[in-house]
Amino acid sequence: MSPAREIEFTLNGVPTRAAVALDMSVLALLRDVLGLTGTKYGCGEGECGACTILVDGKSVNSCLMFAVDCEGRALTTIEGLADDPLGARIERAFVEAGAVQCGFCTPGMVMQAHSLLSANPHPTRQEILRGIEGNLCRCTGYFKIADAIAAAARG
Amino acid sequence: MAVETIARQSLIGTRIAKLDAPDKAGGKTRYIGDLNLPGQLHAKILRSARVHARILRIDTSKAKALPGVHAVITAADVPWQRPIGVAKDHLPLKTDRVRSLRDEIAAVAADTVEIAQAALKLIEVEYEDLPVLTDALRALDPDAPLIHPEPHGADGTQEHLKTGAAIAYTGRPDNVAMTFDYEQGEVAAGEADSDVIVEDTFRLHYVTHCCMGVSGAIAEFDPAGNLTMYSNTQVPFLHKREFAEILGIDPARIRILQPPIGGGFGSKLDIYPFEPICVFLARITRRPVKLMFTRQEEFIASPTRQPVILTLRSGCRRDGTLTFRTVDTVHDNGAYTSWGATTPFVMMQTVSSLYRVPHCKYRTRAVYTNNPYAGSFRGYGNLQATFAVEAHMDRLADAIGMDPLEFRLRNAQDPGEVTPQGMHFRTCGLKDCLRTAAALADYPAKRREHAARQAGPARYKRGVGIASMLHVGGGAKIYPSDGCGTILKIDDFGSVTLITGASEIGQGSETVLAQLVCEELGLPMSSVRVINNDTEITPWDVGVHASRTTFIGGNSALGAARKARAKILDAAARHTGIAADALDLREGHIVEAATGRVVMPLAKLIRSLHFSDKAELVMTTFYYEPPSAHQDRQFKGDVSAAYAWATQVVEVEVDTDTGAVRLLKVCAAHDVGRVLNRLGIEGQIEGGIVMGQGYALSEELIVEGGVIRNPAFRDYKLVSAPEIPQIEVRFIETMDGEGPQGAKGVGEAPAICIAAAVANAIHNATGVRITALPFTPEKVYRALKAAERHS
Repeated sequence: MSPAREIEFTLNGVPTRAAVALDMSVLALLRDVLGLTGTKYGCGEGECGACTILVDGKSVNSCLMFAVDCEGRALTTIEGLADDPLGARIERAFVEAGAVQCGFCTPGMVMQAHSLLSANPHPTRQEILRGIEGNLCRCTGYFKIADAIAAAARG
Repeated sequence: MAVETIARQSLIGTRIAKLDAPDKAGGKTRYIGDLNLPGQLHAKILRSARVHARILRIDTSKAKALPGVHAVITAADVPWQRPIGVAKDHLPLKTDRVRSLRDEIAAVAADTVEIAQAALKLIEVEYEDLPVLTDALRALDPDAPLIHPEPHGADGTQEHLKTGAAIAYTGRPDNVAMTFDYEQGEVAAGEADSDVIVEDTFRLHYVTHCCMGVSGAIAEFDPAGNLTMYSNTQVPFLHKREFAEILGIDPARIRILQPPIGGGFGSKLDIYPFEPICVFLARITRRPVKLMFTRQEEFIASPTRQPVILTLRSGCRRDGTLTFRTVDTVHDNGAYTSWGATTPFVMMQTVSSLYRVPHCKYRTRAVYTNNPYAGSFRGYGNLQATFAVEAHMDRLADAIGMDPLEFRLRNAQDPGEVTPQGMHFRTCGLKDCLRTAAALADYPAKRREHAARQAGPARYKRGVGIASMLHVGGGAKIYPSDGCGTILKIDDFGSVTLITGASEIGQGSETVLAQLVCEELGLPMSSVRVINNDTEITPWDVGVHASRTTFIGGNSALGAARKARAKILDAAARHTGIAADALDLREGHIVEAATGRVVMPLAKLIRSLHFSDKAELVMTTFYYEPPSAHQDRQFKGDVSAAYAWATQVVEVEVDTDTGAVRLLKVCAAHDVGRVLNRLGIEGQIEGGIVMGQGYALSEELIVEGGVIRNPAFRDYKLVSAPEIPQIEVRFIETMDGEGPQGAKGVGEAPAICIAAAVANAIHNATGVRITALPFTPEKVYRALKAAERHS
């Protein structure tokens, strides 16, 4: 067991304190320490995007970030997105467009879509596909995910 | 009453959002990795460090001494373990010998995953290397090393055989795990009748499912010794039976709970060693035990698609009539036998019956090697067989100077046909599929244009390719029953609980089953709840495989709903004095069928049934068994109640400087019987096409000397979003007489013929035919350069 350190950060708008091991990832902090299981483990090496969260508004693979580096930052996970108007719109668009099959990649996709639309509210189809290229989906072939993001952008 | 009349509106063919989508999109769905039980231990498995070796010694004493470790087990600790798998040739924990790098030697249960990992490193194993066999063709040599040479027990002797312990199977004098031989007509006569004969050997590679959710299990015994398994299985009832055999306990004492799963695609159709090992640890520690794979483990210890070396010889006459086909294949079975070895069942159907062939001979040997072993994977051998057959359809057409579309139409099956293999195509949309997809893609004209530019100087060359497919669409009778049970219950608020044996694996079955029930009972989708994940509650089903769930589970749900409808209308007739056949159910109300005039709310009628002195429940059951047949010993028989068809035309661009192939466009026409949930079926087709694209262009599990070289998404290339093609899909609705509302199963269909179409398109672009997959830049570049040298 590596030494622990206490950190403070904001999680989905709530000031949070946690003791974390130095080698712990943010993914492990969220899932194993704080019990927020909406963020998924898909590969643990930043290749699949299932663990995407927002750190200070930017999308990050939470498996690649050390938990200790959360100190003083604002984290948003899928659990915190429902309270956000854009987040709620994206989730609804994913449901209505048929962008969800097994759903395992979906929370990460939704977070990535949020990051994309925050930076570029009216992306082209190509920009949408580029924007989610770091998120793998094995079920949908991405078509309906792109449809959903386009629909969310339209409002 | 606000509503006076209600017009009849059908849900069939509309776009219905999946019932489970809101929770999934909100991150609220709990997959197996998200579940934890009080007192739970974490398990990890020690796998072999050698490809093929004798196990001389295992020392677990240091691992057992590590604080936080509750159990370290090897085969010696579970002398009662029994072999698993399709041929029962696979002990979960290996005794005297490891046969592949994934082989399980020991397992640890500890307080945390980290402690379990640390304990694995403390286990000492001494091996004696054995000759390694990783070439499937070499496996057939008389002097090849044997992979399963002799019976073996926990102590490395044959003592257990005398005691009757059923832990061993009798080894083999050769490496042949299974054989499949099929014949129709007389091939010699077909050859003699041929003006043109072509022959090629096709090499199909290893790919794996890459479900986004890694494999896992949680096992817990209650104090009375009853087992609860949290499992990702696609076959809960078969699983229950197999666990009972492995553990030597009554199946009634085993309950399988199925949390939502992060992708299936056939990967969860067999029982794998990690599952019984998790149960062994739970039994031994008397604690709940959770075992989750890492992604690397998922690559190494999951089944693969069946790799095949397939030699196909085909002939036709100048007039474009197919005359014969012979197939000789070697399946690399890997070290143990799972479903991959049985894919010839499906492959030979494509060889014999996708197009009319009078004479046909098919031979397969599945051979043991020290490679990873293959399981079932969406399409079940059909991608491999279709790849070969559709390459030859183009080659033969070119040889006789006929347009490949015309050649296919001449040999395509028609409705009503019974093939020599015994399949009865009661509905068949193949010719419609061919014409529709070809027209969408402007196929014949584009093919001529691209062919004319083949020899030109352009760096980027385009080509179009066509391929079709035939697959079971009405279940597949491989077990004594191919059925599914449903229990349907209507409560006194007019809500329905649909309890079905059919599992949801992300494909949308619970939504489509609910839709069929709502259509029958005139209810909105919001009034149905589906229970489909607990063997203690749900009625029997054979499992999610063979594209069967919409068809079989759908007919079962429909049967239960029809009984409920009759019961409700009878009661309504008694209540209102209007004849039952003059009534209808719409939007939660009893209405007059002719006018739509509202008679009474459904909930009120149901309450009147409950709260009366002759109280009555509206609860029905139905078991649907499709009218299909087992194949006989010659592999002949009408195994499915319906058959699905498709044609896909693709356009590719080949960079002749780099060998990179881009899939530009896919035009697909699918005979789906009838569209039920348009949103769901589009998703199935689109996702399947991209899975086929990965098989064709980028995915390859690189296995060298029994070692998987790329067990990571970094090096195993899945298709990413920017690489998807343009896509146009048309549904051919043949309204199958046996299908629920006319529908056929289509889950596997879209993935099957993409690679074959891409091969034909690359040939159209470059004039070069490549007979091995995948079409990576390196492979294509080498093929183009080799062709230049020869020209």
